[in-house]
Amino acid sequence: MTETVVPTPQTAPASSQMRDIWRQFRSHRGAMLGLAIFVTILVVVWLGPLVWNTAPTFVDMRSRNQGPSLAHPLGTDQLGRDMLARLMAGGKVSIAVGLTAMGLSILLGTLIGVSAGFFRRLDGVLMRLTDLFLALPLLPLLLVMVMLFREPLSQRFGPETGIFILIVIAIGVTSWMQTARIVRGEVLALKEREFVLAARSIGTSPAKMILRHILPNVLSPIMVSATLGIAAAIITESALSFLGLGFPPDFPTWGRLLYDAVDQIQLFPMRVVMPGIAISLTVLSVNYIGDGLRDALDPRIRGR
Amino acid sequence: MKLKTILLGAGATLALAPAALAERGADGHVNVIYSQAPSIMNPYLSSGTKDIEAASLVIEPLIRYDETGAMLPWLVEEVPTLENGGVSEDLMTITYKIKPGLKWSDGTDFTAEDVAFTAEYCMHPEGGCAQLAKFEGVSSVEAVDPLTVKITFSEPKPFPYGPFSGGQGPVIQKAQFAECLGARAPECTDANFMPVGTGPFKVDEFRPNDVISLSANPEYRDPAKPAFATMTFKGGGDAAAAARSVLETGEFDYAWNTQLAPEVLAEMLKGGKGQLVNAFGTLVERIEINMTDPSPSLPEGERSTAAHPHPILSDIRVRQALSMAIDRQLLSDVGYGEAGRPTCNLVPAPEMYASTDNTGCLTWDMEGAKALLEEAGWTDTDGDGIRDKDGMKLSLLYQTSTNAVRQDFQAIIKQWWTELGVETELKNVDGSVFFGGDPGSPDTFQKFYADVEMYANNFDGTDPESYLAMYTCDKAPKPETQWQGENINRFCDPEYDALIAELGKTGELEQRGEIAKRLNDMLTKDSMVIIPLVDRGRLSAHSNTLGGVVLNTWDSELWNAADWYRIK
Amino acid sequence: MLTYTIRRLLIAIPTLLFISLIIFLLLDLAPGDPMAQMPLTVPPEVRQRMREALGLGEPIHMRYLLWLKQFFVIEPLNILDQMLGTDMAGDAQRVISWQTRSPVADIIAQRIPQTLWVVGLAYVLGVAIALPIGILSAYRQYSWFDQLGTFVSMVGFSVPTFFTGVVLIILFAVNLNWFPSIYDTTHRVTDWDSFVFQIRQMVLPVTVLALYNASQISRFMRASMLDNLRQDYVRTARAKGLRERAVVLTHVLRNSMIPVVTVIALGVPTIFGGAIITEQVFKVNGLGQLLITAIQANDIPMVQTLTFIFAVLIVLFNLVADVLYGLLDPRIRYD
Repeated sequence: MTETVVPTPQTAPASSQMRDIWRQFRSHRGAMLGLAIFVTILVVVWLGPLVWNTAPTFVDMRSRNQGPSLAHPLGTDQLGRDMLARLMAGGKVSIAVGLTAMGLSILLGTLIGVSAGFFRRLDGVLMRLTDLFLALPLLPLLLVMVMLFREPLSQRFGPETGIFILIVIAIGVTSWMQTARIVRGEVLALKEREFVLAARSIGTSPAKMILRHILPNVLSPIMVSATLGIAAAIITESALSFLGLGFPPDFPTWGRLLYDAVDQIQLFPMRVVMPGIAISLTVLSVNYIGDGLRDALDPRIRGR
Repeated sequence: MKLKTILLGAGATLALAPAALAERGADGHVNVIYSQAPSIMNPYLSSGTKDIEAASLVIEPLIRYDETGAMLPWLVEEVPTLENGGVSEDLMTITYKIKPGLKWSDGTDFTAEDVAFTAEYCMHPEGGCAQLAKFEGVSSVEAVDPLTVKITFSEPKPFPYGPFSGGQGPVIQKAQFAECLGARAPECTDANFMPVGTGPFKVDEFRPNDVISLSANPEYRDPAKPAFATMTFKGGGDAAAAARSVLETGEFDYAWNTQLAPEVLAEMLKGGKGQLVNAFGTLVERIEINMTDPSPSLPEGERSTAAHPHPILSDIRVRQALSMAIDRQLLSDVGYGEAGRPTCNLVPAPEMYASTDNTGCLTWDMEGAKALLEEAGWTDTDGDGIRDKDGMKLSLLYQTSTNAVRQDFQAIIKQWWTELGVETELKNVDGSVFFGGDPGSPDTFQKFYADVEMYANNFDGTDPESYLAMYTCDKAPKPETQWQGENINRFCDPEYDALIAELGKTGELEQRGEIAKRLNDMLTKDSMVIIPLVDRGRLSAHSNTLGGVVLNTWDSELWNAADWYRIK
Repeated sequence: MLTYTIRRLLIAIPTLLFISLIIFLLLDLAPGDPMAQMPLTVPPEVRQRMREALGLGEPIHMRYLLWLKQFFVIEPLNILDQMLGTDMAGDAQRVISWQTRSPVADIIAQRIPQTLWVVGLAYVLGVAIALPIGILSAYRQYSWFDQLGTFVSMVGFSVPTFFTGVVLIILFAVNLNWFPSIYDTTHRVTDWDSFVFQIRQMVLPVTVLALYNASQISRFMRASMLDNLRQDYVRTARAKGLRERAVVLTHVLRNSMIPVVTVIALGVPTIFGGAIITEQVFKVNGLGQLLITAIQANDIPMVQTLTFIFAVLIVLFNLVADVLYGLLDPRIRYD
């Protein structure tokens, strides 16, 4: 069978493999477009506030509910706060939370899924743990986490970093289960494939086996989970701030902007549409980057 | 302005109501929506507004309050007073004469026995009755004869109308609830869901937290009422959806508490299907000042207790300045529109209890506030825009429950206070935790681990005695009482306590009014421990074809559902 | 396989008992109070009396044991009584909701129909749409159909249902007046007209939920199909002269189903959990709304019972998924 990952020739330096991956990635049109959009979003969100330095929390009661103008390119909200500044500030938080929380949840999910699927002895325990986490009611769990950890964390890391850590952990710890179940299912099937059996028969160590043969082959469902995970994390973050778990109430995030504006959808549709577009665009671009990355990492395609 | 004309219009159609032509059930079906769904039809087991108002369609009290707050004899001949001899000279008893010929919806007679039983039901030591406070000081309720009931108090009661008045005090049927006393109360699901009553409607089907189907009570005392044969009482969703279903799609006839941003409501009114009604009661949105130190550096058990006075807010000049920097008119307009008005009073109504000369806070005086802080020694010595004194920054933590309007208020007030040179950190807490009173949680409003906090409160009925009595020294929440207590600010003034005791002994209404006004002023303009912001009215919506709606904040909103009719 | 299933079912019993204990401890630890929704006009002494009437004065282990007894002994007896017309349960106290003071089981039974109708149907529809879309998208990767599918599903997943629901209500209920904005749970289907009404009131919530479910499942289907289409056995099968249809729909699809089966099996219990936001937006008042109002009111017996039933379904359907793996890929062995 040729399904085995082609071993990297000993002579070639690691950087040439990276170059191969990059070359393959570049040839993927969707991925390049996705990357361009994602970088643009990052630049606007991180560097934009340096150019457009209106404070996102500045209340100006004389210019409430205004449409786009020179002073406010995207208009103002019900308290006269500048929407452009709010979208940029919100994006910073939402993207940071979305990416880190997704990263944590994918990491946990993959780790638990692979361990459960590969090592039969761990399967029972880890999967019952997954069942437990799936069954726990989310809201009380989050409330308990805030009650126990908010003060220690904000004393240790300062209020903003403390809350950021709390939110990322809260989302990560409550969303890894689906990835774990999916990865485990795939690993169970992969384990019995010929190339894995072959690798095992020549005495490959479990660690090497997982890294070389198992992980590359479960990459695509992980990528899908990751893309969906970002969207879910951004929305969950806004739900958390309503419980008083998240950032202070005047701190904008995309999910929160969206939620706050839903009541005014008929009057000021732009106010709902803008954060909606921002979230969708981010998720779409990450999705295409993921597509390209998976293709680039797949030796079967890269070779051709 | 526009809303006012609509309200006047509604009043005019009411005056023209065709009373004589009506016939019970002639107008078919009516749909009512509450954004919170009723869980039970027994106000003695739940004091949630949704439950009390749903139950008020079916079971009724002896006395109701009308839309002006005046008492109306409902199931009795007249309101007992000292003058007509219904209240004894020593203020120890009150005697009600029941209207003859009243029948329960199952056809049996309504008697004084039922009234006496209701008292027994609520006062049962194991029942956990939600309206027990209404029966405070009652030593016995006895049926003198089938139409006379006499309530005896253990000490003179200047305001004896607590039991059996308003939506919180309906009479339940003895025959139905006889087996449901005390610990057995929850076993009577059928009785709790479908109480037999004297009101205009009876329950056909009760789906808890979802929907109630009702039909006209065949035994209702006025043979021409109610005009509607059936009613659907739907619950759930949110205020916006409820308002939309009345104002825009016309699916429902009446929506409760449609409190939304004024511009959103204006847009919905363009749908042309319905109109808004509003009325003011005693609900006041306020900022409460913590008189004790909530600093996390203090050991647990001493935080926010009388052991440590607040390092910043103990100075009345700081409290005064915080209040002066707030433009209440603007807050009211932005948050509540026609359903709000700025106030400096804790007791904004009824008229005889409301302080009239307490209007100083209505003028927004940022410069005055700044001067006051300078005078108090708070100056910005390091030029970072935040005032400081003796090395301490003027920095406050401002918390409230999660609610769109409250978060807007927080943002605006933070802006003003920042301009004043006060650093403000905002925090919001989920309502079920904030108002929950769990002694283990640091985020409850009683524990008050913050410098200032904002919420709204009001009192039942028209008498503010127990409301004002919340601010006596001994009612401060503290660790020894599991943080239970109503004196949220930990305000303590012996003079105030003495005045409360005097109010408890005064029966003469005019004098009671005077004392209440002085108490109100002591808490607000004299000491500034409470900073009232907005007097919040009730805003509900009804369709253009629903007539007879009179919004009442002193009793259940559905108090006169018997008079509702279809405008054809 | 059979011994594996039986062993798993036996293990499920202690697992579920453990889960129920953890849920109980969690709910007890969570801040909040059943009196939180009472108006502030109710004085603290009265609140305390009400708490005691709910049994909150008892120590926690007594309350947990009481719930176990009520849930595992008294409730089943009650169900038997109702079926057989006997009176085995007698006067024993059932699991009582704190909000409504009525048996939790009766309320849950009342809510199941509307949740199954709306959430269940939306799930079935979502799966039915997602599978063909996923297969076709993968088979014609980067075609306009695939690009459109990617766009719609990504937007569908990243825009939350509280937004899509309100948009649909404004468009179709307010402006066009085609569908009602509020679901009538008392409606009974008796004839053609009432059936049409039922369909009309289900259209909007089912659309919102089906879109959301389909977005997610179609992505997994597509990714998994893509993986398998590139495998060598596909080339072998084609070389062998098998018809394209048979190659894709029999061999590739079957091998691609493992992650999809996992996702679908994880989703089935959530039908019972209801769709909290969509139910709120359309006032369907099913199990999702029941759970969220119970959590907000700190109605512990209700939350405990609902989440425990949910846990049972999770354990059950994850077992079903494991058994299906074995059927889809006979090489997978558990014993």
